[in-house]
Amino acid sequence: MNSLLSRRLLFVTGKGGVGKTTVAAALGLLAAQQKKRTLVCEVEPKGDLSAAYECGPTPFKGQLVSPGLTAMSMDTEASLREYLKLIARVPVVGRIGPVATAFDFVATAAPGIREILTVGKLCYEVRERHYDLVVVDASATGQVIGQLAAPSGINELVRVGLIRSQTDWMLEILADPATTGAVIVTTPEEMPVSEAIDLAGRLGDETAVNLACVVANRVLPELFGRREEEVFGRLSEKEATETIAARLKGETSAVQAVFAAARLAVTIRRDGASHLERLRQAIDESVPIVYLPYLFGRAHGLRAIRQVAAALGDEL
Amino acid sequence: VSPPRQAANKAGDSDRALEQLVAAKEVIVACGSGGVGKTTTAAALAAAVATRLGGRVLVLTVDPAKRLADALGLKGIGNQASRVEESAFAAAGVRPRGELYAAMLDMSESWDALVRRHAPDQKTAQQILDNPLYKNISRRFSQGQDYIAMERLYELHEEGDYDLVVVDTPPSRNALDLLDAPARMQEFFSSRLLHWLMVPYRSRLVNMASRPFYQVADRVLGSQLLGDLADFFMLFQTMRDGFVARAAAVDRLLHDLRTSFLLVTTLEAVPGREALEMKAALAERRLHLGLLVCNRVLPESLCDRAAQEVADAMAEEAGAIAEELSLSDAEMAPEITRRVLEEVAGSFSNFRQVATREAELMRELAVAHDVTVTVPYQPGHVSDLASLLQMGAVIWGDAPRPGRRKSR
Repeated sequence: MNSLLSRRLLFVTGKGGVGKTTVAAALGLLAAQQKKRTLVCEVEPKGDLSAAYECGPTPFKGQLVSPGLTAMSMDTEASLREYLKLIARVPVVGRIGPVATAFDFVATAAPGIREILTVGKLCYEVRERHYDLVVVDASATGQVIGQLAAPSGINELVRVGLIRSQTDWMLEILADPATTGAVIVTTPEEMPVSEAIDLAGRLGDETAVNLACVVANRVLPELFGRREEEVFGRLSEKEATETIAARLKGETSAVQAVFAAARLAVTIRRDGASHLERLRQAIDESVPIVYLPYLFGRAHGLRAIRQVAAALGDEL
Repeated sequence: VSPPRQAANKAGDSDRALEQLVAAKEVIVACGSGGVGKTTTAAALAAAVATRLGGRVLVLTVDPAKRLADALGLKGIGNQASRVEESAFAAAGVRPRGELYAAMLDMSESWDALVRRHAPDQKTAQQILDNPLYKNISRRFSQGQDYIAMERLYELHEEGDYDLVVVDTPPSRNALDLLDAPARMQEFFSSRLLHWLMVPYRSRLVNMASRPFYQVADRVLGSQLLGDLADFFMLFQTMRDGFVARAAAVDRLLHDLRTSFLLVTTLEAVPGREALEMKAALAERRLHLGLLVCNRVLPESLCDRAAQEVADAMAEEAGAIAEELSLSDAEMAPEITRRVLEEVAGSFSNFRQVATREAELMRELAVAHDVTVTVPYQPGHVSDLASLLQMGAVIWGDAPRPGRRKSR
């Protein structure tokens, strides 16, 4: 399990809204705490990573969050520019403006081009050993397969040209389980778990990337064991609530509201547990599943990321 | 932007406000971030309208979960609408006044139909459909998906077979893409880029301005792909006039008085933030937000101050209460009872924090639209027509609603 952070490239993905950015940011923080030079990259620059680290804008060239931890946002135009300069050695710097705009349309039409520039940039950082670990806050379920499959898939459409000749070394990095892994994040709910299971299957079928870990995020605490549950049932009865209300000099209705909330908490947890069970059944036994607790307090910003990183550190 | 007509779904009042809203509209566009229950809400609203107001109501879904598709009796993907059988309503114990139809948007079928409609002749249409890049564009062009949903909505509205069409929207990377899709489609066709890409196709004399692009593109992409692209855009250009006119018409429909938006969200931080952004974007574009549905909301009682005081006192005196209770009930071992009371009190405080955050977000969201509806958290999922109708009743405001938020 410790091997998760000993990899070089981690793609964190899952259904939208399950906390991908939070988990990616926490993994990055944890790695940096372990003295690894770490890069965290947000593939869809919505500003979530910047909000998570509370570090201001995270440009393509990177923003230092803390010693050893850098955050960046993917920008395929900038990636193309870097690629042209470094690898293709095309002297275009002056006039790339219109090229980039046109590129946008071309990239829309030609599948895999945008994806290869995304994955290519990340693999490049790994290959050049600029960082010990690159954590990718990757796209949601729908798009991530396309990105990870791009290096092998691009050959179908692009028969010649520089981009094609660049795919071999990327594939080598992506396919090595000791180097690269996917982390699927889910929550204990129906749709996120279904998508996680589906994604785990598609990763194996359609991409070279190995599934390294599944993170079940926002898992509610178990309130009662069996004996407690029986006592809870008796406590919820009219007589007991009245006794408690009298003792606390409060309204019976207020006591009932408190017990109703606990019943709801038990129900939500039980509902979630059934989905987590489905997840356990479907995911290969060799893939660890990590459980992160629901954060009842302020669930955003660096403070939350630190809490999640600590929880991850305990589990890993 | 109209002032709020009704701030909460208090049974009796809000069904009138909601009834007025849906009775006056012919098109309702559901929007919101992924995973908040948008598709289910759209279907539940359509079912409620068909049941209570009557008429022919269609719900057009994009990618329903299997259970919802089953609940609606959708057999597979297809643009063909199918009627939800009378017998299915009867089995759910409901006699609808109107008819409910459901259809699932088929992206590639819709694109193909669009090409056939706008191509100048059949030969060109076939050339486009056969182009290797066409299929990639029609499937992957993310704004294209949004556009197709809106375009299909326009078509259904135009055909006039339904009194109300409720349309679910594709999960976008950016919810705003949906609103701008028709305008972007127009832009795409009028852009100089398209023109530019086709220059070398028309004449091999590449003009100076585009030369660097071709040098780079040729080197990086290869001339074969570039040729394919030019072919494709050349063919596509033949559809320009039809496409532009149509996209403008779609845009007009979205702005029409008969169209309203339904914003669905949960009150969690991320979907909540996106809902606030969506509201601002709708207002900015002068699109009418009629209905806000807050889904999976925790009960109002969690925000109750008296209950919190009881919970705090319970945590404090758990041991003493446990002792007292064990005297009258031998089954309640004091040690276990104390632990349970502490857990119950702690859990209340935890969930109260969440509910308080939710309430604050509700307050921020509940400004400047017609009707707000909250749907309480329900374990389990909408898996058949009966549960869908039950959710519809909650939205409509005539279902028994434990823990409903008070009206503001």
